[in-house]
Amino acid sequence: MSSDLPPHMRPERSFQGLILGLQSYWADYGCVILQPYDMEVGAGTFHPATTLRALGPKPWNAAYVQPSRRPKDGRYGENPNRLQHYYQFQVILKPSPIDLQDLYLRSLYAIGINPSLHDIRFVEDDWESPTLGARGLGWECWCDGMEVSQFTYFQQVAGFECAPVSGELTYGLERLAMYVQGVDRVFELNFNGREGARKVTYGDVFLQAEEEYSRHNFEYADTDMLFEQFRMAEQACRRYIDAGWATVGNSRRHLLALPAYDQCIKASHVFNLLDARGVISVTERQSYILRVRELAKACGEAWLATAAGGADAYAGSAA
Amino acid sequence: MPDLLLELFSEEIPARMQARAADDLRKLFTDRLVAAGLSYESAKTFVTPRRLTLAVEGIPVKQADLREEKKGPRVGAPQAAVAGFVQAAGLASINEATIQADKKGDFYVAVMERRGRLAREVIGEFLPQIIREFPWPKSMRWGSGSLAWIRPLHSIVATFGPATEEPDILAFSIGGIAAGNETRGHRFLAPQAFAVRRFEDYERKLEAAKVVLDRERRKQIIAADAKNLAFAQGYELIEDTALLDEVAGLVEWPILLVGSFDEVFLSIPSEIVRATIRNNQKCFVLAQAAPRTTEQSQAKELAPRFVLVANMEAQDGGHAIVAGNERVIRARLADARFFYETDLKTRLEARLPKFKAIVFHEKLGTQWERIGRIERLAASLAAKTGADGQRAARAARLAKSDLLTEVVGEFPELQGLMGKYYALAQGEDASVAAACEEHYKPVGPNDRVPTHPVSVTVALADKLDALTGFWIIDEKPTGSKDPYALRRAALGVIRLILANDLRLSLSQALRLGCSLHNSSNGGGVDHVIPDLLAFFAERLKVQLREQGARHDLVDAVFALGNQDDLVLIVRRIEALARLLATEDGKNLLSGYKRATSIIRIEEKNDRRAYVGNPDASLYRQSEEQALAGAIAEVRTQAASAVAHEDFEGAMRALATLRPHVDAFFDKVTVNVEDAELRENRLKLLNQIRDATRAVADFSRIEA
Repeated sequence: MSSDLPPHMRPERSFQGLILGLQSYWADYGCVILQPYDMEVGAGTFHPATTLRALGPKPWNAAYVQPSRRPKDGRYGENPNRLQHYYQFQVILKPSPIDLQDLYLRSLYAIGINPSLHDIRFVEDDWESPTLGARGLGWECWCDGMEVSQFTYFQQVAGFECAPVSGELTYGLERLAMYVQGVDRVFELNFNGREGARKVTYGDVFLQAEEEYSRHNFEYADTDMLFEQFRMAEQACRRYIDAGWATVGNSRRHLLALPAYDQCIKASHVFNLLDARGVISVTERQSYILRVRELAKACGEAWLATAAGGADAYAGSAA
Repeated sequence: MPDLLLELFSEEIPARMQARAADDLRKLFTDRLVAAGLSYESAKTFVTPRRLTLAVEGIPVKQADLREEKKGPRVGAPQAAVAGFVQAAGLASINEATIQADKKGDFYVAVMERRGRLAREVIGEFLPQIIREFPWPKSMRWGSGSLAWIRPLHSIVATFGPATEEPDILAFSIGGIAAGNETRGHRFLAPQAFAVRRFEDYERKLEAAKVVLDRERRKQIIAADAKNLAFAQGYELIEDTALLDEVAGLVEWPILLVGSFDEVFLSIPSEIVRATIRNNQKCFVLAQAAPRTTEQSQAKELAPRFVLVANMEAQDGGHAIVAGNERVIRARLADARFFYETDLKTRLEARLPKFKAIVFHEKLGTQWERIGRIERLAASLAAKTGADGQRAARAARLAKSDLLTEVVGEFPELQGLMGKYYALAQGEDASVAAACEEHYKPVGPNDRVPTHPVSVTVALADKLDALTGFWIIDEKPTGSKDPYALRRAALGVIRLILANDLRLSLSQALRLGCSLHNSSNGGGVDHVIPDLLAFFAERLKVQLREQGARHDLVDAVFALGNQDDLVLIVRRIEALARLLATEDGKNLLSGYKRATSIIRIEEKNDRRAYVGNPDASLYRQSEEQALAGAIAEVRTQAASAVAHEDFEGAMRALATLRPHVDAFFDKVTVNVEDAELRENRLKLLNQIRDATRAVADFSRIEA
């Protein structure tokens, strides 16, 4: 594990070391190590490498860091552990291996959490994403009373039953890093593992951004523009979905599933911003969520008609 | 006789589902066993976060043999009929059937002897079905399989055999898992697999592998250790059975540890501290040991300590575990304090406009509208409840506003209570603040009933608005369905009225409630009030019966009709019960019964009713005279007493009838030849019936 690394690279010494540790553990397992998706998302699950790849019959093992934005969670940098922008480390294994819990526990060991010193628990927490039309069963994983990960067996995504089932692990990186570094305030996390003048903290990197984006999310975000953007993204998504259907050979295929899904992600994030600005009433809120879900369902259906979605496997029977 | 050991070993089962799953497994198994003609001596189930275990003792080795005769067609019947019989009876040819004669002739009869099957085969067949159809509240699939279980199922132990022999492993497999005899201990403390034979060594080996199999024992260990740890620190444990139930389902090997938090957090309301530590962290809180009188655990001052239940015997004695939990709790409490302080910055009334966007029920409008109705209703009811009308209206206006605060958003169970804190903090009158908390009460049959007039008024208004509203839109409770808890609301109204001795006409109050609802919903308001009154009568009966009142006395008073003053109804019932407890009362009742039974028979024979006043000139005997005089006297007295709500007085008056009734029956013959005389005497008897109606319908009273 980490003992043969130089101190500044160790997962328990730096935020980036923690990320590298998880990446190297899951790379060693055989995962594709992806980079973050280049769009604003509320959670790592929105990355097409999870949402879309969880659909269809093809095996898929991937891991990646995903910056995640939750506009409502901003606290102007004043709260010790709430952020409107944070990192998730996401692992998706399809089909879920039978030793997934052990794999997960070994990943904790790899980043410096020795299970013989800690109290690690799997506490019921079923996951549901109304906007993605997705749900799964699983737990939040507790280490000494702190939720450090979410562990989910996907049952349904975009309204489609998952078969085979994917196992999804989501590590809350800041919390985990605070835990292994023994820090109480997120901004005090050691980011680069150096000490003294060369030390860079999480606050050095992100505090100003938290302040500015909190202002933006709660006070300044241009709501007229955002309403317009929501409408545009929704329309574009529908247009790409409609345009993408084609007949290839004797099977029905979709040629624009990924670009259409981008617009679904976009609509979802814009909705989150509008929600943070408090301009969506409680009754309207439900209808916005439903509108995004409809997009997600259409994208899921489209994905299942692509090669990566397993359309090949069905090609013979599609007629 | 053989015993069965079954263990279904899986990933972590949600704590809240464990107890139920254990019960279901026992029931499903024993039902199937009995249905297969097999008996058992005892069946026990056990559950931990990772395993569901069934131990059944004393199952017979095999089913009893069965002999069954199946009658076929007549000898010489058409070929097709014979062939059909051969096939249906599972015979190789008709030669295997016997021929038996009855009065109609000779018939083929197939004698089928079913040899009893081995129990282990039968069980091995139905176990996979039980597993496949297990009634988990939610279940899931995993990997590439199609089996559904609560979480991925990893292994199955299924052994069967008598104590004296090496047991068999039941031969079945499901979802790619073959039943075997291997299990595992604690996830971290004893992860190796080991073989088991039967329940006794299974339980013992698990204990050695750091698993306490019995949930009740885990609870005892946790409860005792928590108390001792608290005591050792000089504090008292605040007991919490729901939390105990939950944590017993989160650990296989409970290890209790004490942590502490900064005393500064004790400045926020203790309920918030407790909810934070309990709901989010599933830890117990402690109280300062109180030298003064105990009893009121709510009033106890919290101590800056908590007790956590770990599932781990850590190598460092739990140092890191405690430190970790302390950090989480510190952060959680800091959040809670932030919520609380944020809430304090906004006055409660400033939150109200947000209710315009929150729908209470699509046909009953928004929360904003509902609050407006409750406010007006409370203002009107105040005259009856003796509350200050302005304060009642103010309290009604503010009572729901804490639903929009951060703390209640985080901890919904603190609704009402936070309203009180915030109302006090913004300088509201103490009665207004108290009503913010108490207007939800009484929540259940055992909940405390508020007594302060302002609280009582808002509590009544809250419930009457809901009842009238849902009645108007015809969303009444039916059978077991009562989604809006209207039975509870009606019982709440009853208890509020009775406990506070409130004199009000329920129908008037209901009419008022109805009048505040949107008239577009009011199509059928006319029938709403009698219907709701009948609902209240039903609830009151249930309530009084539960308190031990005789149901027939309740019926006797309700049968008078037009009873809508609950306090008077109950007083009548009580007075009636006391009357009937006396010798005079009992005799009066039997006299009444005798009188009515005579009248009933004669009315039936003569096909007419004997009502109306008897003719005084036809009295022939002094007993008639005396009874008539007494009845007239008693009627006046009873009516006057009832008018003064003096039910005891009315009953006393009635009781004086007794000697006259007795004397009448002793000396006077009712069914005499003289028709005029007979009619007059029957009418006199009827006067007894009428007189008693001043206090109750005696015909409903059982002798």
